[in-house]
Amino acid sequence: MKHGKEEKTTVLSFSNPVKSRLGGETITRCYQCGTCASSCPVAKINPQFNPREIIKLSLLGEEAEVISSDAVWLCCSCYNCQERCPQKVEIADVIYALRNIAFEEQHSPDIYLEFASALMNNGRLIPISKFLEKKRPDYGLPPLQPTGVEALKKILSAIGLGGQSQKEEAK
Amino acid sequence: MTSYALFLGCTIPARQPNYESSVRKSLSKLGVELVDLPNMTCCAPPPIESINLESSMSIAAYNICLAEEANLDLVTLCSGCFQSLAKTNAMLKADKHLKAKINSILSHTGKKFEGSKEVKHYLQVLVDDISIKRIRQSISKPLHNLKVAAFYGCHALRPSELLKLDDPENPRILDDLIEALGAKSVEYQNKLKCCGGLLRGVSDELALDLAREKLVNTSKAGADCITTLCPFCFIALDIGQIQLRSKLNETYDMPVLHYSELLALSLGIDPEELALDTHKIKIDKVIRKVT
Repeated sequence: MKHGKEEKTTVLSFSNPVKSRLGGETITRCYQCGTCASSCPVAKINPQFNPREIIKLSLLGEEAEVISSDAVWLCCSCYNCQERCPQKVEIADVIYALRNIAFEEQHSPDIYLEFASALMNNGRLIPISKFLEKKRPDYGLPPLQPTGVEALKKILSAIGLGGQSQKEEAK
Repeated sequence: MTSYALFLGCTIPARQPNYESSVRKSLSKLGVELVDLPNMTCCAPPPIESINLESSMSIAAYNICLAEEANLDLVTLCSGCFQSLAKTNAMLKADKHLKAKINSILSHTGKKFEGSKEVKHYLQVLVDDISIKRIRQSISKPLHNLKVAAFYGCHALRPSELLKLDDPENPRILDDLIEALGAKSVEYQNKLKCCGGLLRGVSDELALDLAREKLVNTSKAGADCITTLCPFCFIALDIGQIQLRSKLNETYDMPVLHYSELLALSLGIDPEELALDTHKIKIDKVIRKVT
């Protein structure tokens, strides 16, 4: 009996933290029907990515395999799976929750570190070149308004991401 | 006059003056005022959602607060911005616990999300505020000879329960708007499949595979051009063709235009005023059919 209980704890050890995160709430509704995988444009051309597998491994407690693999980053965020899931698992959002854990554990592709520092420094993901900014009147476009980068820094530091972005910048 | 706060986002001012100028000039001609508010930021789209969902939702809510303070609904041009802001707006309006949680983060910026405003994609402004009928009556250069492949992309449509733009499996809004200009909206295989735009930089090979399928299918259908409603779809399909040519020696020569560019041309706005040199794939054959 004691052994059984321990097993149960092992099985749920990863689905609980996923379920308690923003985006991950619906993961345990999955009954593995595969509607997601058959609706997925990426799974059709790359066998490395299969949303049903990612959810299965997460529910089985295979945290390391899910979080450290590239697969979780290959979702194209098209939301087809989420739209069609008969169990209303918010699959694309679950994948964001898994990526959030992977990012915290420093398993994200480098480009995401660039996104984080661009956001922190400029308040924008893509910088606007001085060249294009100067050309705006030629295109009949009004001058750009200032960006709320200070407010954005306050939000990130309230969540505890401010320091993390600075660390990434130093890399 | 109907007024909206314009949410410009990052990619459009950084890369696509063609998109911005065609929307501004068309909407102004159709009697919609766009107000530029100071202190907006990135909308916190999928790249930021991938890093931390609480942050992305708080950043989206912060931007909605600016529109609430100005007492204006928000309009977006980018489907990524639309999804981030409209999804957050709907979720926070529906869930008071989530709203309280996000508001406690926003309190550090002196803002409070009330849930008093709407977030719209500019296509909804065209259909709901202006109407297909008035657009049809306003055009001076109908696009009768043009066969257009409507490309909806993903983030304007899904998750439909929160975004409510159109039927996610059988949308009509863009097709109807194309036909309002006198053009023909051509059907093509896998019309609703993703452009791969968000995989650029993570897996360029996968991204190009997805873009290629759109180019093959729209070419087969005999389209003169593809029309998009998102700057990322535009990049995936326009710049994507340059990459397909250099990496795989495949040439499609398929012009890609934002819907607003087709609208501006048919409203009689001078092509010289539309920053059309932004296009990597020349759109001369479309212009010739219009003028």
